[in-house]
Amino acid sequence: MNIVENFDLFAPRLINKKELLSSGHRACQGCGEVLAVRLMCKALGENTVIASATGCMEIISSMYPTTAWELPWIHVAFENAAAVASGVEAGLKALRRKGKIADRDIKVVGMAGDGGTMDIGMQALSGAMERGHNMLFVCFDNEAYMNTGIQRSSGTPMGASTTTAPAGKVSMGQKTWKKNMAEIMVAHNVPYVATACPSYPLDFIRKVEKAKKVKGPSYIHCFSVCPTGWRCPSDQAVSLGRLAVETGIFPLFEVENGKYKLSSEMPKKLTPIKNYFKSQGRYRHLGEDEINMIQGGVDREYRKLLNKVQCLAAWD
Amino acid sequence: MAKRVGMEVALAVAEAVGQCNIDMAAVYPITPQSHIGEHLSDLVADGKIDAEFVTVESEHSAISAIIGASGTGARVYTATSSQGLMLMHEILPIASAMRLPLVMGIANRAVSGPLNILNDHSDIMPQRDCGWISLFVENGQEAIDLSIQAFKIAEHKEVNLPVCVNIDGFQLTHMVEPVEFPDQELVDKFLPARVPFATLHPSKPVTMGAFSMADYFTEIMKAKDEALKNSKKTILAVWAEWAKMFGRTYKPVETYKAEGAEILLLTMGSMSETAELAIDELRAKGLAVGLVKLRLWRPFPFAEIKEVLLSAKKVLVTDRAVSFGGPGGPVCSEIKAALYNEKDRPTIYNCIIGLGGRDVTVADFASMIKKVAEEEANKNADTYEFWGVRE
Repeated sequence: MNIVENFDLFAPRLINKKELLSSGHRACQGCGEVLAVRLMCKALGENTVIASATGCMEIISSMYPTTAWELPWIHVAFENAAAVASGVEAGLKALRRKGKIADRDIKVVGMAGDGGTMDIGMQALSGAMERGHNMLFVCFDNEAYMNTGIQRSSGTPMGASTTTAPAGKVSMGQKTWKKNMAEIMVAHNVPYVATACPSYPLDFIRKVEKAKKVKGPSYIHCFSVCPTGWRCPSDQAVSLGRLAVETGIFPLFEVENGKYKLSSEMPKKLTPIKNYFKSQGRYRHLGEDEINMIQGGVDREYRKLLNKVQCLAAWD
Repeated sequence: MAKRVGMEVALAVAEAVGQCNIDMAAVYPITPQSHIGEHLSDLVADGKIDAEFVTVESEHSAISAIIGASGTGARVYTATSSQGLMLMHEILPIASAMRLPLVMGIANRAVSGPLNILNDHSDIMPQRDCGWISLFVENGQEAIDLSIQAFKIAEHKEVNLPVCVNIDGFQLTHMVEPVEFPDQELVDKFLPARVPFATLHPSKPVTMGAFSMADYFTEIMKAKDEALKNSKKTILAVWAEWAKMFGRTYKPVETYKAEGAEILLLTMGSMSETAELAIDELRAKGLAVGLVKLRLWRPFPFAEIKEVLLSAKKVLVTDRAVSFGGPGGPVCSEIKAALYNEKDRPTIYNCIIGLGGRDVTVADFASMIKKVAEEEANKNADTYEFWGVRE
């Protein structure tokens, strides 16, 4: 029996019932990102402190004097979530060692969108990961600056139309390939790096649980569908996330201590990306040649990933 | 009994911070601050202080990391200079709005354009409106004393604001001076453990750094302004306690031979000692001159400034920074604002001095004062002059 297809049957037994991100927040209808954050909190459990960057998840959850957070949570600015998280980790470590707080394992988690991770927050994240803090950083990647109005980031995929890299008479929208953030984190030699998507909730939860157990830095790159920014119907966040995985445009994998492993959710044969592009307004302007060009890039990147998985398996 | 030793002031600051039972420090290297961070990391490496020393990748992350740590209830410290402080700028008002008791040492240095590593106050002046308590020191002993007092002021339950201690770069940080460290036992008595208002801990989840729109923002800003103004009460109380325990007194505005002075010179920071020599020289020649030293920059001590300046006929304000295209120096602006409502106010003169490490000598101060004394028609009043500039 397929667990994802029969999610309602299995979920109550497999997933923490406690809601640590309460309902009533201000996220858009059909937001894939807030679903991911909610699942992440369930996987992390109560012994967690979250440091969030400025962005959608921050403004929808912390409108003064209300809060959606049932976890200790701090927001300071846009580019420094990883630095704040590293400070929280260092503070808790010192206070625990000095007997000023209870001797209790607490996981510190930094979170940001693609802009707060891959662009403006890259330096702080690189520093925090390199220093080896016992913290998890999760990038909720919805492939543009959605909070400020769908401007392009280095996480925006080739060909997508955004408000600062729009499709026009002489432009196909984004003209650069998406930055491979997970690989950049692998290059930091952190013990655990994974990609995930809330459309595969059990896989995502398992990866968060794994990252939580790591004594040191870990990183999860979470694909988060944004119906508002991607110009797609709001009931398609989950199905589009699955199509992104099935087409290989966002493959699910983990790298544990340098060892690559393709997640079991990856299909044997990839679906053509045009099936994924179809229902998204951000790709509507693309012609056949452009789609073929992008398909080539997706195939190339996926092959590179498979090679890493296979070569390293052979090395063992 | 406290022993008198000779020590480089930057190292002495680190030693003093080390006496404060800090839990965490995050410092990024920059001249002339670096010796503070280096010595602090030495103290941690030798096990002399039990703290996490986080070797951040920028000053922006230094301030961000100590905010995170302060949020957990830890006692935290950072230090910086010039470009580092400018890089932190974005985060400074957030720290004060979050009401976190951070302590920061600033080895004051000129801000770039052109690059310069030497001393002036152009780094701290752009931070004026960030909601931090801002103190200036004159010598090594004051740097030690205020670095310790800063924690007590910042963490006081009626303050809960970040505090910065301005220590002139090189002119002060790199001088070997005779200093006296307070006994550890007394420091522990003076500075008990921090009692945080709220902490980031799962035992009682809180939301820190919330989002606020027009409905609450003004109220939050007013609360911050009031907190900063009210902090003066605590600052005065902490200084009174310090005087009682350690015998050294501190005031928001200090004076030197100001009694009966017709002309008052106003300085901030390490130049005050040089200015004192000029005052001695001119007093010996029979000139009725005195010195006013501004220690407390924020909250600005309006009452105390009025009290000392109103008796003079002329006031010569020195500034070590420029408010370009504006009224001259930022300190002079403040002094003028403080005296505006007074009917019989002194004539104000403003000299911009000591930019980018340029020496200001006893003779310079003496000439500045003489020039003001001889200016009977008040022609140069309310203007400003770049003292000693080559045209």
